[in-house]
Amino acid sequence: MSPAALPPMTTRYTWRDFVQMALFTLLVKPFLTFCIGLRVRGAEHLPRTDPFLLIANHSSHLDTLALLSLFPLSRLRHIHPVAAADYFERNKVVSLITRTACNILPIARRDITTDNDPIPRMIACLQAGKSLILFPEGTRGSGAEMGPFRSGVARVLEHVPHVPVVPAYLVNMGRSLPKGEYIPVPFFCEVRLGVPQQVQGNRHEVMQALEGAVRQLAGESSA
Amino acid sequence: MRTVFTQEQLGPVGQMGLIVLLVLLVLLLASVLVAILRRVRPHQDLTELVARVKSWWCMASLFFAIILANNTIALACFAFLTFWALKEYVTLLHTRPADHRSLLLAFCAIPMQYYWIGIDWYGMAIIFIPVYMFLILPAQLVLAQDTQGFVASASQMQWGLMAFVFGLSHLGLLLTLPLTAPVTVHGRTLLLFLVFVVEISDVLQYVWGKTLGRRKILPLVSPNKTWEGFIGGIASAVLCSLLMRFLTPFRIGETLLVALLITVAGFAGGAVMSAVKRDFGVKDFGQLIPGHGGMLDRVDSLCYAAPLFFHYVRYFYT
Repeated sequence: MSPAALPPMTTRYTWRDFVQMALFTLLVKPFLTFCIGLRVRGAEHLPRTDPFLLIANHSSHLDTLALLSLFPLSRLRHIHPVAAADYFERNKVVSLITRTACNILPIARRDITTDNDPIPRMIACLQAGKSLILFPEGTRGSGAEMGPFRSGVARVLEHVPHVPVVPAYLVNMGRSLPKGEYIPVPFFCEVRLGVPQQVQGNRHEVMQALEGAVRQLAGESSA
Repeated sequence: MRTVFTQEQLGPVGQMGLIVLLVLLVLLLASVLVAILRRVRPHQDLTELVARVKSWWCMASLFFAIILANNTIALACFAFLTFWALKEYVTLLHTRPADHRSLLLAFCAIPMQYYWIGIDWYGMAIIFIPVYMFLILPAQLVLAQDTQGFVASASQMQWGLMAFVFGLSHLGLLLTLPLTAPVTVHGRTLLLFLVFVVEISDVLQYVWGKTLGRRKILPLVSPNKTWEGFIGGIASAVLCSLLMRFLTPFRIGETLLVALLITVAGFAGGAVMSAVKRDFGVKDFGQLIPGHGGMLDRVDSLCYAAPLFFHYVRYFYT
């Protein structure tokens, strides 16, 4: 299989996929272009095949939309942002929206049992050939400072070391729609993508490498 | 020399046609000169210049398309332009979490301002931002109860509203200005005159600066502005304005004076915005226009020239 070709897709399009593509074309992409003004740096690092693991800093609900909007519409159904079930599936309406518009992979944050353990769930997803978007900070930060990365991502990668990890850094999302606000203020936001890496070493080394990669993107100026 | 281009003889369609033709000639001249320059100096890196001229073609076409449409479409487009400009400014500001709702309010002022202009309520359009938004915005900011940096936030937001929303909205006011007889020009043609003279002044200042520039005029503010560019650019732009006299109700001497007013005002606007950029530590306000920078980098001169020109015309011709 040549690197440029997509892996054979066994899943067909469902009505949910069409709704997601329509939402992105008619609402999300115009919103991100005109209202927010999303700029992308390092677009050449965007992975062209599944599976991959995209990690980024987290400061806003806009983060997921911005990252998903980078991909061609046909690939959206294979990319699953990892999201906390207690928040993003808190009622039927929110659940319908997040599952349809974003194809989230819901995971438990508290009361973890062997049934709802997030790590095996994420591993299974990647092993099935799907891609994940993960925010290792675990929650939305202030946007100014990046919080410490949780180790879950290293535990996942232990079982799927062949999956490339793409570091990303999001700028100004937290200014536009911070935690606690519901209407975004128009700002120019930026997504900086880093070189995809294959992780090696023990858990600690992996976490250091990933956190370092994202921090390095943070340090670049937006020239 | 008796010119055939008097506005009485041309009529509105003739005026439009003539200005389109003239701008087309200027753009063609620019493209031809760049093409010649590429032949004559193949080793020189001219990518920025080529991008600049291409962007001029796009901007001129868009501007004419907007102007020649009806007023509502034109005002909506100006509102979008103002929105983009304010967005570029706000992105560069140091904003606090407490400023969130006030920033939303500031952005809401844009459609309201253009609404007042659209319904021809001049009195409201002219005081909405300087009086009402000036009072309401800090009062609303108080509700966030974050006094650390309060004055800075309130001031910067109001300054942005005044400079960009209020300033640029004068383009819309000019477009809808009800000129009185015996004047036979329309607000639209005056708008074309204003934009043409200000932008040609920018271009000529750039050209004179690049070719003959030596003594810097404001070295700590703008490294690219020179005395040669300033004087040469302004003088040649003022002369060019005579070509556009058919768009205005001015006599010859008056045309030159008004052109001097708006070109000097345009230079002041450019200098002020350069100082703002220096304060923020950026080279450009954004990246919307290849070769030029952001929207604000192109309309900064208009922020100063538009209000002055509008109020001059309104005082003497309505």
